[in-house]
Amino acid sequence: MAKMSGADIVLECLKRLGATTVFGYPGGVVLPLYDRLPAHPEIRHILVRHEQGGGHAADGFARASGRLGVALATSGPGATNLVTAITNAMMDSVPTLFITGNVARNLLGKDGFQEADITGITMPTVKHNYLVMRAQDIAYTFAEAAYIATTGRPGPVHIDIPKDVFIEESEFEWPERVSIRGYRPVTRGNPAQVKRAAALIDAARRPIVFAGHGVILGRAHEELRTFVEKAGVPLLHTLLGLGGMPHDHVLNYGMMGMHGSYWANHAASNADLIIGVGMRMDDRALGRFADMNPTAKVIHIDIDPAEHNKNIIATIPIVGDVKEVLPQLAESIQARSHVEWIRWIDVVKDEHRASMSIPNGDELTTQFVVDRIADAIGHEGIVVTGVGQHQMWAAQFMRISRPHQLITSGGLGTMGFEVPAALGAQVACPDRVVWTICGDGGFQMTFQEIATMVDERLPVKMAIMNNGYLGMVRQWQELIYKDNYVAVAMSQPDFVKIAQAYGIRGILVTEKAQVTDAIAEANAYDGPVILDFRVEAEGNVWPMVPAGAALKETVESSEEIARLLGHAAAPVKAPTR
Amino acid sequence: MRHTVVALVEDRPGVLNRVASLFRRRGFNIESLAVGTTEEAGISRMTIVLDGDEGIVEQVEKQLYKLIDVVKVSDLTREEAVSRELALIKVRCTREQRRDVLDIVQIFRAQAVDVTPNSLIIQVVASGDTLDALVDNLRPFGIREMVRTGRIAMVRGSRSTAVHEHESEQAQRFHLESGRRPEEEELPFVSK
Ligand SMILES: Cc1ncc(C[n+]2csc(CCOP(=O)(O)OP(=O)(O)O)c2C)c(N)n1
Ligand SMILES: [Mg+2]
Repeated sequence: MAKMSGADIVLECLKRLGATTVFGYPGGVVLPLYDRLPAHPEIRHILVRHEQGGGHAADGFARASGRLGVALATSGPGATNLVTAITNAMMDSVPTLFITGNVARNLLGKDGFQEADITGITMPTVKHNYLVMRAQDIAYTFAEAAYIATTGRPGPVHIDIPKDVFIEESEFEWPERVSIRGYRPVTRGNPAQVKRAAALIDAARRPIVFAGHGVILGRAHEELRTFVEKAGVPLLHTLLGLGGMPHDHVLNYGMMGMHGSYWANHAASNADLIIGVGMRMDDRALGRFADMNPTAKVIHIDIDPAEHNKNIIATIPIVGDVKEVLPQLAESIQARSHVEWIRWIDVVKDEHRASMSIPNGDELTTQFVVDRIADAIGHEGIVVTGVGQHQMWAAQFMRISRPHQLITSGGLGTMGFEVPAALGAQVACPDRVVWTICGDGGFQMTFQEIATMVDERLPVKMAIMNNGYLGMVRQWQELIYKDNYVAVAMSQPDFVKIAQAYGIRGILVTEKAQVTDAIAEANAYDGPVILDFRVEAEGNVWPMVPAGAALKETVESSEEIARLLGHAAAPVKAPTR
Repeated sequence: MRHTVVALVEDRPGVLNRVASLFRRRGFNIESLAVGTTEEAGISRMTIVLDGDEGIVEQVEKQLYKLIDVVKVSDLTREEAVSRELALIKVRCTREQRRDVLDIVQIFRAQAVDVTPNSLIIQVVASGDTLDALVDNLRPFGIREMVRTGRIAMVRGSRSTAVHEHESEQAQRFHLESGRRPEEEELPFVSK
């Protein structure tokens, strides 16, 4: 067999994996790899402007397409710039492959120019990582890495390759199958556990489903729907679970958690049976664990057994892929409807609708803009968000109805995710319209990637919810730190001029009346657009479960929160509804 | 409660780092950790002693399993198991005291492995409790230096904790060799 350089082997591997889109940034030690790129025209290399951007783009690509996302960086600073993106992908279980170069083998450990112990740095924040010391090991490493990243509970895998390994020659031997004895994800639910769970479901009077990201990662939305309809169980979503069930389905009661609806949080707290489906019982979704719902029985379905009994003790843990377990369960249960229980939730919903509604004053609000974007793009469009108030309002009002429709940084809560992740999503789905709801703070962290959009002709629509504040932090300072605003007000550049500087369309929107037209104009424009929405500066996201409070303590106004936190009847502002 | 957890791991660069990093990150308290080779090439055995309630130990096991390099985890706490530590203890001991010290050594079935006019090195293999008792008995003479290995343990009877799959030849070769520095001492320096 003819020998090839390590660089050629890497590129051959990517082709074998069908991972032919790479978001990368060059540097000294990866030059041998870049040198060979032209010889592999099947590989689309997208030159980003910052490695963190490349990492988030790979993440957005993976979430939009369900396929492996790949990012590439040089050693030292290039590699360390990836760390935020890697951790983000880890927290949200996104199948990604991060490739870094390192200094030549004989310089490893000698603190040479641009050496960073990047496998040491990423170790606690990847699903697995590798340092490849011989060209002959590259192929097997890539096969194993992709297998690990995309199966079981997906996640990031990192491969570090010293410069001279790219140059070293070896035979290219692609393994037909990989087998790792320390890695055997269980996909089918244990039949005895399924039977026990079915009995609990049949006996429940107030059951509820918590549907998480696992439904989307596991492409189990249809199985979820079949199960929920047969069981007649109302359903709540975690933030990342949005899209697992159509928004307007009668059994879908929307998002639970810190900024979930009042009725969702109370349904969660009053259920007698909780069925967690592909979710990890996170504190942002569940509030204070001990008081979330101490009397309910809990069926917890997750492919990662370590999530069982970590935060919430499961009555019946089921280890498995939700795509396999849900049909097993659906087969074993009786068809039911829970009229009374659903009526109870509906009454709460009717009484508390107002705390999660679009303000109808004259002022331009994020809620209003998000609602109009939802009108304009329907279910086909993809929505990416940053982190903060605008993210929560997007989750509340985007009417997400399709898997992979909402792309947001949940676990790590990474500001600056919005622009590069949208770029990646647009690369993955060139025929879909991609909108990113940006914070004025988050946008300024990574908007250098607009240049990448221009180069690659990616017509992403960037809607900045410009409130002049680090809004979510400001909200906490107002409500929890008694109006003590510290380091949250920001001056902003002229975002329309930034658009002009990049040669793209910029639209300023200051009035409600302009919103619909501005969105239409952006959608009609064949290229990236920045929309600078000058929204209400001090709006608050309601309802809210303050950090450390229980879901049943969901509050709907500043007065209530002051009461809950035992603040004196301080000068609280009128709630903005 | 004190637990003895055994983990069979791939003998690869970084595996100890992965395990240690996991314990640090999740705040699990390790009392001792002993690592060594096993009957099978490519598999190392870690014996971990830790203190914690059932919930913590369940998380320890599950989090260990999440590491790709960890092949098998078992909790020997409730098993009938032989568990041993090795210690070397250097005690102050004049000629006049030597008889007394050696009596203690004999009672504990330890051995004197080095003698000087004013010191003795005692070697002992025992369970942790026995070892503690020996140390208590030697303390009045003056312990100048002591070293203990971590605990190692094995289930009694013919059953083996160490059951694990055998790998294909290709996988085994990869897992044994990858990530290590190549044999040749002098790697070519490349600057192109
Ligand atoms: C990288 C990073 N730094 C800091 C934070 C803490 N943080 C959470 S929300 C937020 C404010 C976000 O401001 P902006 O992007 O303007 O969005 P808004 O809340 O105003 O909608 C901050 C600073 C974070 N999540 N990520
Ligand atoms: Mg803001």
